[in-house]
Formats: sequence, structure tokens, C-alpha cells
Amino acid sequence: MIDTSLFQLVCFYAFAAVTVVAALSVITLRNSVHAVLALVLTFFSTACIWMLAEAEFLAIALIVVYVGAVMVLFLFVVMMLDIDQEKIREGFVKYLPVGLVVAVVMLVEMLGLIGVRVMHAQTMGENPATAAGMSNTAWLGMALYSQYLLPFEIAALILTVGVIAAVALTLRQRTGARKQHASEQVAVRAKDRVRIIKMAAERPVETPPAAPVQESKP
Amino acid sequence: MITLSHYIVLGAILFCISVAGLFINRKNVIVLLMAIELMLLAVNINFVAFSRFSHDVAGQVFVFFILTVAAAESAIGLAILVLLFRNRSTVNVAEIDSMKG
Repeated sequence: MIDTSLFQLVCFYAFAAVTVVAALSVITLRNSVHAVLALVLTFFSTACIWMLAEAEFLAIALIVVYVGAVMVLFLFVVMMLDIDQEKIREGFVKYLPVGLVVAVVMLVEMLGLIGVRVMHAQTMGENPATAAGMSNTAWLGMALYSQYLLPFEIAALILTVGVIAAVALTLRQRTGARKQHASEQVAVRAKDRVRIIKMAAERPVETPPAAPVQESKP
Repeated sequence: MITLSHYIVLGAILFCISVAGLFINRKNVIVLLMAIELMLLAVNINFVAFSRFSHDVAGQVFVFFILTVAAAESAIGLAILVLLFRNRSTVNVAEIDSMKG
């Protein structure tokens, strides 16, 4: 029989390894489309890690909202833009040492700080949602719709502003383009289009004045 | 047994990877946006872990709000990117310097 906590630890390490490798390939891959796909993998394996922490609602929200919407938006934009892949890579080697040094120093500092705290290793304990007698989603929803109702509505406002801003930024009025105005077409009346003229059915034939006959002098 | 420090170390590693990504991808705004997304993800991992280990719902609520704001941010960021590419035909950060910053 496999020890449950050991199995959880193995799963955590596997998901974490996939996350880190995918994140590394996001920043190093040559092709932007491949980088977006690697980012999708990063989000997916992070969602798995959140599942291990029993944050089921957020894990599913990460997959549905992030992988389903935001990353697809990224893919659309990356595929629409015609980017010269070779020119993009020019500064890669130049900035690589600086980036590596900053990242490694930051990582060492953070790990040092975390290492100090490892002595009091805190274990997960009982799931607080289960302790309260409900699922993770209900637990989150109870807080979200009572204590955090105003921030929740502000979040909705932020999303609305985001939608309007994105449309307003990319909308363009082309000059000289022919387009159909449906409202004007519907509102048109017969008198705008047809002009009725009262006139006689036939016009009297005018006889041209006879040319004066030149008289030849004898 | 998964401890709190497992999650924090993972968050730290992801954060440092995204910082390195900001440094080495100076030519491509799209990858810069993706590095910012990675950074937010690293922070979110920490929030979820702290919420779970200290039995507090506030952390997960905050992750929810971060996801919302990050979605709006990337939508506007990509709109700006499309606009930029339409006007300048480039996504190179070094060439976008008309504001002399």
C-alpha cells in the first residue's frame, strides 16, 4: 500500500518540475507561438499543483479563464502579427549574463529566507473548507458574496473597463471605405429616391426657321 | 508530506525565471507580457499556499481578484500591442522610444 502523503509529494515534485521546465521554455523559445503554448503548459501544471493544495475552484478557474480565454487571446495576437523571428533574437545573448545574474541572486536570497523558516515546517493540516462542512467552491463563495461583495463588484467594473478599452484602442475608422448604413436604408422614403415631374406627354415639334436663301446676283 | 516551503520555493523559482525573461527578451513585447503573466502566477501560487496552510479564505479570494485584474491587463496590453504593431510595424522594445524615456 502506497503512503498517501508520499504519493502527494511525488505528484507535487512532478508537477513542479513540469511547471519550471515549461516556464524556462516560455522565456527561451525562439518561436513566439511555441512560447505561448509553453505558457499554457505552465498554467495547466500550476492548476494541478493548486489541486494538490485543495483549491479546486481556483484551479479550474485558472484553466477555464486563463488557458481558455487569455492564452487563446495571446495566440490570436501572436499569429496575427507578422514578426521577424531573426531580428527578435539579436539581444538575447547580450542580455543573458545580466538576466542570469539577477535571477540567480534573487533566487538564492529568496531560498535563503525560506530556508530560515524551514525549521518550523508547517504541514497542511485539515482542509478548512471541509472543516467548515462545505466544498472549496462554497467556502470561497461564502466569503466572496458576503465579506468581499464590494471588491467583487469592483472586479466586474474593471473587466468592463478592460473590454471597452480594448475595443476603443483597436477600433479604427477607415477613410474612403464603403460601408452599409442599415438604419438609413430602412428609414428611406419613396420621395427621397423617386422624383416625379409633371410634364406634357409630347413636345410640340418646333420648325426650325428657314434659312434665308441667298440670292445670287446676276 | 508537502510543506508550506515547497510551495514558496516553487513560487520563488517561477518568479526568478520570469525576471530573467524580462531581462533577456528585450526585443519582443509579447514575451515581456508573458513574463509578467508568469510573475503573477508565481505570486498566486504563494497566495494559494498561504491560504491553505493558514486556513484563511482571504488568500484564495485575493487570487480570484488577481486573476480578474490580470485578464483585463493582458486584454488591454494586447490591444496596445496590436495598435503599436499597426503603427510602427515592430514589437521591438528598443525601437519604441519616441517618448524618449
